[in-house]
Amino acid sequence: MSPSVPLQEMIRAIRSARTQCEERGVIQRECAAIRAQFRQADNGGRSHNLAKLLYVHMLGYPAHFGQMECVRMIASPRYSEKRVGYLGAMMLLDEKQDASLLITNSIKNDLSHSNQYVQSLALCTLACMGSAEMCRDLAPEIDRLLRASNSYIKKKAALCAVHIVRKVQDLGELFAPTARSLLAEKNHGVLHGAVVLITELCGQNTETLEKFRKTVPDLVQIMKGLVISGYSPEHDVAGISDPFLQVRILRLLRILGRNNEAASDAMNDLLAQVATNTDSTKTVGNAVLYETVLTVLDIKSESGLRVLAVNILGRFLLNNDRNIRYIAMTSLQKIVGTDHNAVQRHRGTIVDCLKDQDASVKRRALELSLALVSATNIRSMMKELLLFLSSCPPELKAEAASGIFNAAERYAPSQRWHIDTILHVLTTAGGDVRDETVPNLIQLITNTSELHCYTVHKLYRALLKDISQQSLVQVACWCIGEYGDLLVKGECQETEPVQVSEDDILDALETVLQSHMSSPTTRGFALTATMKLSTRITDNVDRIRSVVSIYGSCIDVELQQRAVEYNALFKKYDHMRAAVLERMPVIEKNSPGHTNGVSTGEPVKELKPVQVKQGEPQHAANQVCDLLDLLGGSEEPQQPQLAACSVVPAPPISTSTAGGDLLDLLGGLEPTPLPLLTPAPTMTVYEKDGVTLTLSCEKQSDSGLMVTLTASNSTDSNISGFTLQAAVPKSVQLHMKAPSGDSLPPSDTAKVTQMVVLNNPNKVNLKMRIRICYTIRGSTVQDTIQIDSFPTH
Amino acid sequence: MMRFLLLFSRQGKLRLQKWFTPMSDREKKKIIRDMTTMVLARQPRSCNFLHWKDLKIIYKRYASLYFCLAVENQENELLALEVIHRYVELLDKYFGNVCELDIIFNFEKAYFILDEFLMGGEIQETSKQIVNRSIEASDMLQEDDSSEWYEVELFG
Repeated sequence: MSPSVPLQEMIRAIRSARTQCEERGVIQRECAAIRAQFRQADNGGRSHNLAKLLYVHMLGYPAHFGQMECVRMIASPRYSEKRVGYLGAMMLLDEKQDASLLITNSIKNDLSHSNQYVQSLALCTLACMGSAEMCRDLAPEIDRLLRASNSYIKKKAALCAVHIVRKVQDLGELFAPTARSLLAEKNHGVLHGAVVLITELCGQNTETLEKFRKTVPDLVQIMKGLVISGYSPEHDVAGISDPFLQVRILRLLRILGRNNEAASDAMNDLLAQVATNTDSTKTVGNAVLYETVLTVLDIKSESGLRVLAVNILGRFLLNNDRNIRYIAMTSLQKIVGTDHNAVQRHRGTIVDCLKDQDASVKRRALELSLALVSATNIRSMMKELLLFLSSCPPELKAEAASGIFNAAERYAPSQRWHIDTILHVLTTAGGDVRDETVPNLIQLITNTSELHCYTVHKLYRALLKDISQQSLVQVACWCIGEYGDLLVKGECQETEPVQVSEDDILDALETVLQSHMSSPTTRGFALTATMKLSTRITDNVDRIRSVVSIYGSCIDVELQQRAVEYNALFKKYDHMRAAVLERMPVIEKNSPGHTNGVSTGEPVKELKPVQVKQGEPQHAANQVCDLLDLLGGSEEPQQPQLAACSVVPAPPISTSTAGGDLLDLLGGLEPTPLPLLTPAPTMTVYEKDGVTLTLSCEKQSDSGLMVTLTASNSTDSNISGFTLQAAVPKSVQLHMKAPSGDSLPPSDTAKVTQMVVLNNPNKVNLKMRIRICYTIRGSTVQDTIQIDSFPTH
Repeated sequence: MMRFLLLFSRQGKLRLQKWFTPMSDREKKKIIRDMTTMVLARQPRSCNFLHWKDLKIIYKRYASLYFCLAVENQENELLALEVIHRYVELLDKYFGNVCELDIIFNFEKAYFILDEFLMGGEIQETSKQIVNRSIEASDMLQEDDSSEWYEVELFG
């Protein structure tokens, strides 16, 4: 074989270039020469020129001007030119280029060439870049070659057929009968191609799969031949006879035996034989064993065989080779749901793999460990998992943290343990936890009333140490705000008593408020906590007052609003302050996000991304908590059930005319004060800054009421992100349907409607508090209204 | 099926690229960048399997070259390692103690060998001897061809 001298000289020249710039210069010169050569008529060095161009292409430089040359070379009668031409076609052309169609004819001709190596070039190129049209065109030709040619061509035609079937599924019917007959061939290459083709056909069409089930005995026969045959020099790899074919047949058997008793029975013996006889000292043997195990676990195998398979995986887990351990864990992951006990036996080894150096192995071990946590092993597993969390690679931290939380929630042996675990996670990986952890933890703490003292002490100490982990700081602030009095009292059964003065607490909170590490949400928490302490502690109320008034001119809108409200609470509503800031009631545990009546049934945690999309800066949990806060003022101990509307789950609905009919009925929207009891079915409940909200009711049943809220915008700016949240008294059930949209175009062009279904079985005095949020001219507006009576008939 | 096979040096220079599904040039470039970064960042004795998007990446280092094979999720990773090894054996037999320079200066031969071993993302021939014999025969055909041309030239 004579190497292409001009090509090698060019490669040498390019490699000797010392800088990128020099290399570009050499390549530009070469490309210019190549282009000139292409334009010349037939000359001897054509294949060398194209080869040079392909080299340049591999370095990353543009080579599209060679496409036509490929087409010409493919049509050449010379084998050397055809060879490079087809290589060029595979590298430079793909089905998206127009030039690829031009080679269809050449391929067609070459498929029936007298020389099998030319045929092979055509087949290879077709299988590599044949487009759907080319495939449809040439499929009959491929079928002919599949049936009547030598084994060299047959094996290539089989893989070509696979490509065709992948591109044009209908042509599967054309190849099915031929594929079946190919299984009788002796040549391994053809057999392999046939098995791949049958696998592809079965994968696409269930009817074909049913028909091919009849081939199971033949496949079993072939496998047996491979497994028990003696040494065959042509196909032997480290003592295994043709492992590639074995693995392929096992995969096909898996597809055929899935969900089918008869087929699974027929292959039982064979699988047992392969599993026991295959030598597992080298990777090859393990590859075959691995495939066997996957097949056994996927078909309806008998229990003895399943046990054998799991044992093989257990052996893999103890293998020195990291790859084998990785494979074992991947497979165990698949069966941990169905064969849980069998996998539990290997828990020790799996947990050890958490300490492996390799990141891939660590990831697999983490997933598997989390799946193996149960009520009996929770304490020991959690120790290991927490240890892992402190040293795990950053990309696994979030997954590990959320896994730990789930496990802790399901199997916590005691409340204190649960809280400790969560705190531990927050201190080690606080930055990587999901956002709903904070409200979840707060709920947990509130519900564990006997541990309030312990918790607040622990959190206070954690806060003193480190204020960079936002989730931890938020929870700590909230707790200090709620239970600050317990902190000052100093006595606590669970931990050593520590003397904490009121000033210390306020110092801690102020540090959080002023630190540049604190996010706006965290600062909001800290400010509210400071405010709450004004009722819990006795001496430093003035200090609190001054802190709060400072923030009345803060740049952050949210903080400013809160500070102003709290200031008002000090000045005008001081009589209400105690009631407003009293201890939080126990939050009813409904669902992870404790929502009730979300329109699409999704919990609050889904709300966060929705709000962010609409440009709302508030934390969803804060809104929930704030509504709780603000509802404290009335005589009835309102246990509000909160509903929030999620807008995005439905695709962005432009202001539709879904409520169009209702709008007509509502007529004009005159500004009327909140009417007490009007006979009119609609009333305006809110009108400010051009935004108007009206309400109309319709009695559905004895206790049911359908309320329709309609919003409109009479300003001349567009309003976006319009959302409504509602709260009702304790015994009333609330269900909010999806709103018609979330944007209000200016000048009353269109309206947004929201339907709310209320059920008042105890016939309490019906009230509703509605919070309106929207964005106008780039700034967010928030307002709350209370509806004390509904117009009813 | 296999999606692509890449060979690159320890400095990240690409030596061979075979794509088994159609992709735009830009996508190819991005994948090459991603693969080289991911694989070159691995520790020396780590696991040879990676996850990338919805594919499994199997890589192995032979001397100064990294062989990187991407397969779909249902493929057998251990067998993929064997596929890479088989290809290296074929190259070794052909070039005699193959090294990176052989692949650089005779890249088209490396492709021809690959095209006799794999096709359409699947294994084409499982016997080493048959692949070697096919390559030898094709080479001889190419030689005959050139000598034919040479003869033609002689006669004007």
